[in-house]
Amino acid sequence: MTPGRIRFAATIAFALLSVPASGETIQVTIDKLVFAPAEMSAKVGDTIEWINKDALVHTATARNGDWNVNIPASQRGQIELKKAETVDCYCKLHPNMTGRVVVTSD
Amino acid sequence: MSVRLSAALATLCLLSAPALAQGAAKPTDPQIAHIAYTAGQLDFEAAKQALEKSKKKEVRDFANDMVRDHTEVNKQALALVEKLKVKPEDNDTSRSLTKQAAAKRDELAKLNGDAFDKAYVANEVTYHKTVNGALESTLIPSASNPELKSLLQTGLKIFQGHQQHAGHVAADVK
Repeated sequence: MTPGRIRFAATIAFALLSVPASGETIQVTIDKLVFAPAEMSAKVGDTIEWINKDALVHTATARNGDWNVNIPASQRGQIELKKAETVDCYCKLHPNMTGRVVVTSD
Repeated sequence: MSVRLSAALATLCLLSAPALAQGAAKPTDPQIAHIAYTAGQLDFEAAKQALEKSKKKEVRDFANDMVRDHTEVNKQALALVEKLKVKPEDNDTSRSLTKQAAAKRDELAKLNGDAFDKAYVANEVTYHKTVNGALESTLIPSASNPELKSLLQTGLKIFQGHQQHAGHVAADVK
């Protein structure tokens, strides 16, 4: 590796280290109209990623109105959790799909 | 009693448990496939009518959801019957559903604006309830092929979702 490349790599490494500590990504699978896991715990700053395995459009919608994620058929959707709270969520298009996220502060 | 309700009851009676107990009315897989496909297609057509007539966003969004979901479910149903080499077979229940839907379509065609929206959405609740009842009590228990049974079970979850969704839209258009 040339000195220039080392400097470049070091700059990238420093840039990565200086990013504020980001939360974890918690994955939730949607398969045949079921959120799995249906209940989960997370911390403020974590991201939930829904992986939609159905060939149908779904949503993950907080009942308290805090967030709404549209998840296209066979695609993914994400939301970063900003508030410590317990949120019941559901799919607006198929309201029999329900889940719960318990968000705690760090 | 409304035409819709009596027709719905007639369908449920056709599919009722006592009739099944005698063995005579138990539908075969080709008949079940035909009933399930027909039920999806009729709701698709009802949604198309709503998209032609309604101007209300909640109603149009719901109708678009029905078009999209029923198109997908029926696509899967067609792929499955092709794979299983099952030829869907017309039967009294399919004919009865089709006849009722045609009568409902004519009735809704005479309505406009809020009156149409309310009647369409109310019928969506009733219609999905009727189909879900038939799926639960007759079609799923009678299906002998496990893949057909599994598709019907997923279909039931989707349509139960539609029934609840329609219930929410009904509250919006009240």
